[in-house]
Amino acid sequence: MNLRSSIRRIGLLAMALLVVAACGGTTATSSSCNAKTATSVSDCGGMSGLIAAAKAEGKLNIIASPPDWANYGASFTAFEAKYGIKITSTNPNGSSQEEIDAIKQLAGTSSAPDVVDVGLKVALANTALFAPYKVATWNDIPTAQKEATGLWFQDYGGYMGIGYDPSKIPGGTITSFQDLLGPNFKSKVALAGDATKSNQALNGVIMASIASGGSADDVSKGVDWFHQLKVAGNWVPVIATTATVKSGQTPVVFEWDYLSSSHGKDVAGWKIFEPSKAIVGNYYTQAINKQAPHPAAVRLWEEYLYSDEGQNNWLKGGARPVRMAAMDKSGKLDATAAAALPKVTGTPVFPTADQQTAAGAYVASKWAQAVG
Amino acid sequence: MRGGRRLSLKWLGVWLGVLPFFVYVGLFLILPSFIIAAGSFLSQDGSLTLTNLIAIGQQPYMIKSFVNSAIISVVSALAGAIAGALLAYAVATGNPRGALRRIVTSASGVLAQFGGVTLAFAFIATLGTVGFVTLFLKDRGIDIFANGVWLYELSGFTLIYTYFQIPLMVLVFLPALDGIRPQWREATESLGGSTWHYWRYVAGPLLAPAFLGCTLLLFANAFSAYATAAALTTAGGAIVPLQISNLFTSETGQAQPGLAKALALAMIVVVTVVMFLYTLLQRRTSRWLR
Repeated sequence: MNLRSSIRRIGLLAMALLVVAACGGTTATSSSCNAKTATSVSDCGGMSGLIAAAKAEGKLNIIASPPDWANYGASFTAFEAKYGIKITSTNPNGSSQEEIDAIKQLAGTSSAPDVVDVGLKVALANTALFAPYKVATWNDIPTAQKEATGLWFQDYGGYMGIGYDPSKIPGGTITSFQDLLGPNFKSKVALAGDATKSNQALNGVIMASIASGGSADDVSKGVDWFHQLKVAGNWVPVIATTATVKSGQTPVVFEWDYLSSSHGKDVAGWKIFEPSKAIVGNYYTQAINKQAPHPAAVRLWEEYLYSDEGQNNWLKGGARPVRMAAMDKSGKLDATAAAALPKVTGTPVFPTADQQTAAGAYVASKWAQAVG
Repeated sequence: MRGGRRLSLKWLGVWLGVLPFFVYVGLFLILPSFIIAAGSFLSQDGSLTLTNLIAIGQQPYMIKSFVNSAIISVVSALAGAIAGALLAYAVATGNPRGALRRIVTSASGVLAQFGGVTLAFAFIATLGTVGFVTLFLKDRGIDIFANGVWLYELSGFTLIYTYFQIPLMVLVFLPALDGIRPQWREATESLGGSTWHYWRYVAGPLLAPAFLGCTLLLFANAFSAYATAAALTTAGGAIVPLQISNLFTSETGQAQPGLAKALALAMIVVVTVVMFLYTLLQRRTSRWLR
């Protein structure tokens, strides 16, 4: 035994490891349709063909969609029961960027995410990773909220609100945005993420900006506002989650109204305040992984999400589904759930991808100084 | 011939024995460091560039995060070093088989590793806005957060870091204290020296390199800590590890992997320098204390 053969051994071992790693991925194929390239259900021989192909695959990988997020859990359960397809949900609290990273890093393996639910900005930057597909209800989606060939299409959204526990606040109600800077809110106000990386938190800053005389183009007023909040001693720099709301650490939270409404389960009387002059709206975006390990199941999943049932599931979670207007017209909308949505008065602002990028860059450079 | 064969077999045994170590170090230390170093010279489109490294110096908030990291690390290292050294001294001068020593060393072994999200949670549950200590004091009219919630800021990080710095100091400084022989003190006294003389001319010079070295180790320990701070705050990239995380995972359009790797490379450089000084001091220490 000499040095050279030792090295050869290491080399062999490394090679063996590589071979094993490369064999890890499997791709389900199906005979009834070539789901990988199907751009609509008709390419798969209609719903029955797609269902058969999806059942043959038997699995679906979903990422960064927690069950309590916009009532996703109800759709998981219903889809699994209806089609007998097992859903694997990973990294529930991941960010949009982490979803994209997972597509790249797990490419070719059976555990790669089949579908992503991301912010528009991230979707626009990564269209090369997506497969075009148009769901059966495609025409109900407003033109501005989808890519013409179906590379991405928006799914649900809502407005930035201020969720709060009335029992923790003197007076029990928030009537104006600027109230939050007052002495009644000492150590109470939190964001649901880090504004330098979370889309939701960034939109909270945009809302603060609009409420303080800024605009979607000028987020500096929002950063100033949070600086004042911090100076007043009202800012709690904890990431607000179901747990922090339940324990009372974050009794006032800037967050999407459809996420905020889920706190009602834990905190009796949880309310959402939507400032009338600063309504910031946002929709999330669905996209199918071009190299999805379960190409038929993921297309069936999209068909389910955009069916009346799937859309109403989001609505029951307090989110506004993208087909809401069309379903309202056709009478398929769940009226009880629609009536339970927080009342919004005024004209909502939908920050564009460019505005969000500019706001993101400004916040990234100023945030730590303003609130650190 | 037989002797030679046995020798090469033994040599093979040695090789095989250390092989797992080298594979481990290669996969989890050398390879990631290489990826970081290489990545920090790549632009978004994959071409060679220096812009990532230059960008660190151009962005005031990047420099600020380095300054903040340095402040937290220095303060928590000094606090940890002084408190830890005193505790270690109490242990070293006590009964070598006594309960105090056994309790302190095993507790230190556990607590030095008690970091990250669990530690953050422990502090949130005790000193957070609804922590039981906070509420206990509040009921008695003392509001520790009267001027805002400092637990989630640099001062809070420093306090929390000290929690794992002190036990680490005990662990790494105790061997040096154990190396001090009672005979040296007796020798000082028999030559007419006072306690002051003993500390000034004998124990002090012997322990100083070990103390400084351990302080440097604590500095590196705090400098690279990530999970504790990440679990505590939404206040942006207050310290470098958080800044790196933001640059990797931002969904607001701030994801710049090249810049993140450049920051990581800068951290590696800082820690390498610190650890190099630590080894130098450690070598000096081990000459006397064994």
